[in-house]
Amino acid sequence: MTDSKYFTTTKKGEIFELKAELNSDKKEKKKEAVKKVIASMTVGKDVSALFPDVVNCMQTDNLELKKLVYLYLMNYAKSQPDMAIMAVNTFVKDCEDPNPLIRALAVRTMGCIRVDKITEYLCEPLRKCLKDEDPYVRKTAAVCVAKLHDINAQLVEDQGFLDTLKDLISDSNPMVVANAVAALSEIAESHPSSNLLDLNPQSINKLLTALNECTEWGQIFILDCLANYTPKDDREAQSICERVTPRLSHANSAVVLSAVKVLMKFMEMLSKDLDYYGTLLKKLAPPLVTLLSAEPELQYVALRNINLIVQKRPEILKHEMKVFFVKYNDPIYVKLEKLDIMIRLASQANIAQVLAELKEYATEVDVDFVRKAVRAIGRCAIKVEQSAERCVSTLLDLIQTKVNYVVQEAIVVIKDIFRKYPNKYESVIATLCENLDSLDEPEARAAMIWIVGEYAERIDNADELLESFLEGFHDESTQVQLQLLTAIVKLFLKKPTETQELVQQVLSLATQDSDNPDLRDRGYIYWRLLSTDPVAAKEVVLAEKPLISEETDLIEPTLLDELICYIGTLASVYHKPPSAFVEGGRGVVHKSLPPRTASNESTESPETAPAGAPTGEQPDVIPTQGDLLGDLLNLDLGPPVSGPPLATSSVQMGAVDLLGGGLDSLMGDEPEGIGDTNFGAPPPAAPARVGAPIGSGLSDLFDLTSGVGTLSGSYVAPKTVWLPAMKAKGLEISGTFTRQVGSISMDLQLTNKALQVMTDFAIQFNRNSFGLAPAAPLQVHAPLSPNQTVEISLPLNTVGSVMKMDPLNNLQVAVKNNIDIFYFSTLYPLHILFVEDGKMDRQMFLATWKDIPNENEAQFQIRDCSLNAEAVSTKLQSSNIFTIAKRNVEGQDMLYQSLKLTNGIWVLAELRIQPGNPSFMLSLKCRAPEVSQHVYQAYETILKN
Amino acid sequence: MSEVEHFMPILMEKEEEGVLSPILAHGGVRFMWIKHNNLYLVATSKKNACVSLVFSFLYKVVQVFSEYFKELEEESIRDNFVIIYELLDELMDFGYPQTTDSKILQEYITQEGHKLETGAPRPPATVTNAVSWRSEGIKYRKNEVFLDVIESVNLL
Repeated sequence: MTDSKYFTTTKKGEIFELKAELNSDKKEKKKEAVKKVIASMTVGKDVSALFPDVVNCMQTDNLELKKLVYLYLMNYAKSQPDMAIMAVNTFVKDCEDPNPLIRALAVRTMGCIRVDKITEYLCEPLRKCLKDEDPYVRKTAAVCVAKLHDINAQLVEDQGFLDTLKDLISDSNPMVVANAVAALSEIAESHPSSNLLDLNPQSINKLLTALNECTEWGQIFILDCLANYTPKDDREAQSICERVTPRLSHANSAVVLSAVKVLMKFMEMLSKDLDYYGTLLKKLAPPLVTLLSAEPELQYVALRNINLIVQKRPEILKHEMKVFFVKYNDPIYVKLEKLDIMIRLASQANIAQVLAELKEYATEVDVDFVRKAVRAIGRCAIKVEQSAERCVSTLLDLIQTKVNYVVQEAIVVIKDIFRKYPNKYESVIATLCENLDSLDEPEARAAMIWIVGEYAERIDNADELLESFLEGFHDESTQVQLQLLTAIVKLFLKKPTETQELVQQVLSLATQDSDNPDLRDRGYIYWRLLSTDPVAAKEVVLAEKPLISEETDLIEPTLLDELICYIGTLASVYHKPPSAFVEGGRGVVHKSLPPRTASNESTESPETAPAGAPTGEQPDVIPTQGDLLGDLLNLDLGPPVSGPPLATSSVQMGAVDLLGGGLDSLMGDEPEGIGDTNFGAPPPAAPARVGAPIGSGLSDLFDLTSGVGTLSGSYVAPKTVWLPAMKAKGLEISGTFTRQVGSISMDLQLTNKALQVMTDFAIQFNRNSFGLAPAAPLQVHAPLSPNQTVEISLPLNTVGSVMKMDPLNNLQVAVKNNIDIFYFSTLYPLHILFVEDGKMDRQMFLATWKDIPNENEAQFQIRDCSLNAEAVSTKLQSSNIFTIAKRNVEGQDMLYQSLKLTNGIWVLAELRIQPGNPSFMLSLKCRAPEVSQHVYQAYETILKN
Repeated sequence: MSEVEHFMPILMEKEEEGVLSPILAHGGVRFMWIKHNNLYLVATSKKNACVSLVFSFLYKVVQVFSEYFKELEEESIRDNFVIIYELLDELMDFGYPQTTDSKILQEYITQEGHKLETGAPRPPATVTNAVSWRSEGIKYRKNEVFLDVIESVNLL
């Protein structure tokens, strides 16, 4: 006999019948009736009309019946609040039942009845159950506090349940501890400021003890709670890691991932020189690999998380390529994720294996998967230079298959390969051209057109090929139209004689017959450029393009760090912070990795030294702080590649020369922003690459806006008195520092307040932090008569000797005249040292930001600044603080900026501006964190003047 | 219309588009689902739920139900809906997985109805013990361990 019979009631008027049965004297019949009611409820019928009759059955000695009545109550109490009160007495009574199962059942159900009037009556029973002698009741009561808090937070606080809950963390029973931790964590989430969990070394120790004894689920609650704790130093972090590590071998994937989260987070605090750090790295690989034998949904979650882990710490899985190979019966979502990770792990060592696999995949049946596999081959070529040739020949093999979507994907990635390795693989163009007719996807068409335009001089019939596309110009997608326009202009510049007609045709199609403003504008720019100065046009349109790199799909370092804190949760699968998808998530606190705090200084200092510093030269004598910094400052601390990529820097320099920073402020940000995620898209041609030779032709186009850039050079503070007359026998010196178009000078005003004539002036600087020194002698042409004032601009350079000063920007100056030698010291604003080529490449910025340890990050607040993000960018740019990217996150503008000091130190900045809030948040990251404070002051000075 | 009623339409839609994923969304609600025989087991969350825990739990539920009913399918749910309610009550409370070991559960959640006065089940001590999977009082004459080595091979 089964329960399924309860579902089969077809009679009309069954409610009445049930009512009669519920009120029957026979217990068996009653129970049957309640089961029928629950069955109806389960399939969605409304049986709320039976409320009083069902509640009447509550007082029963039959446990099964009681559970069913409770179930009914949970479901319908909200729709019948007045009648639900009838149940209160039974609850109170059941909470004192001798059987713990009944007590727990009552307290569990109570919490699920979301009726205000009832909750008050439930406080006393709950209080008793929280102190019950049976752990089964206590663990249920602990969860009930979280339920009650969700209904009425104030009530829970007033009744002191939170304190009782905190006490349960020290309970003798591990399951009670685990549930108390879970409840407190959930409550704490809605009160980010209340220090509810109050984690300290003692409470952490209790949790770690309970961790070994509770159920798998309890372990997850505790691990997730541990992950929110920030150890006080690296020793504490290490000892917690040691006690968490055994969880990595748990059979439950969720336990493993939560343990991985704790370890990944706390590892941040460990010095890489520590033996333990290496041990931990080794221990992390096997459990991550094991996760891939779990059920497919869990594999998917694991893979999404591994994707983050591989970006954060690539060394963990670098030897585990094979486990990410796709199995034929993997679900598609697992296959696609595995491909992603294969590319991330691809290196010279394993590329042969990877390519062989990818080639196999490209012959599978699932179209999405095949496409991604073909793209993956292209990405491997770009990532691992040594494999490029093999990748290209693999792609050619695939093109030979003539499978339409394979060919199209292959052409798209080959275009990227051309961008990465110009003039290397162009021999394959002929093969590509053969497939021209089969391309029906816009991206593939655009890629092919780009290739034809870019290599027009090597393709005999380039004009015919492009002309064939032109026929259906208006039916093409925008992407293809833009590409076609650019390609034909390129063709014209390369073979002007035969293609004049063609170019006129495309220009008129783009400018006169199109409604698309992007297309029209691009058309007009080309048109004017060609008609005013073909030579300039050539240099613009055929300018050298920056090479693309493989790092375009990396997650931004700050976001990555945040996501690491969310391993195992939805956020880690979406690769988005919770605030992006949780409703009402605006108040959610952003999590971040703990900063590194070493317990003893000595482990830290080697870490701050640049990676490239020769280790053999460790001096025997520990240098003084000053010398050490002097050495540090002298070294080129910039990112590993010297100088930004060619094209970017040439844009910068060219523009600066011509317009003193005006033009690049106008155009500099734009193309970077567009380049965003558009990995392989061909360059949006002209404006971005305007180099030095912008002739008069363009100037009228830019006249309107160039006004923005007219203020050239950095902010100059008003002169202040450096040396008062009374201290220098009548000589008064006031001055300030300026930086204009790359040169620093000290603007001095000398006043003779003595009664005698002054002659024979000379000036000398003491050694200082940045090697500032006069570039020329102090030229005072005529003798300075009494009461006479002379203004002099003394050019400075930064090749003098270096010594760390305190404060860093202190400059000691000696001035001599025919009367005596005088000494004074002054502080120079750091922004005079910001160089013009301080704009870091976007990718480099990401990599560097990630690379600089978090302990080097300094945060400042800039108050009372009413500028908007646009104005801030412009203002900072004139002082050589360059905005590399701008993002809008939850209504805040985030500006990512870089600047470079004269000694090669890069400073990376993140400036957070909230519209309407005059306080900005400034985060600075630099390998020499000493300068941060002064950079911040420079920001203040520039923004407020 | 309850949230879960949106699940099937979304599932079908995504399946048709060929972009089916173990996590589906409708408004602010995420559906995390697995399929067993012809049944969908779906968990919902509005928060940044611990998704690894959710999937582990869903598979655990399948395991417990299978151990209780031999085969878990639509029919076995109809036939046992009362006990399924009882089990769900013990398996999870307010979104927190609790006791999921079927051996232990079978000690106090049984298919026969019980009178409260006589021999009503009580929670076994093992429910909240450190070693939850081993009932109390088991003794063997020989101390030995048996290990199953399972190897899976993937080939075509």
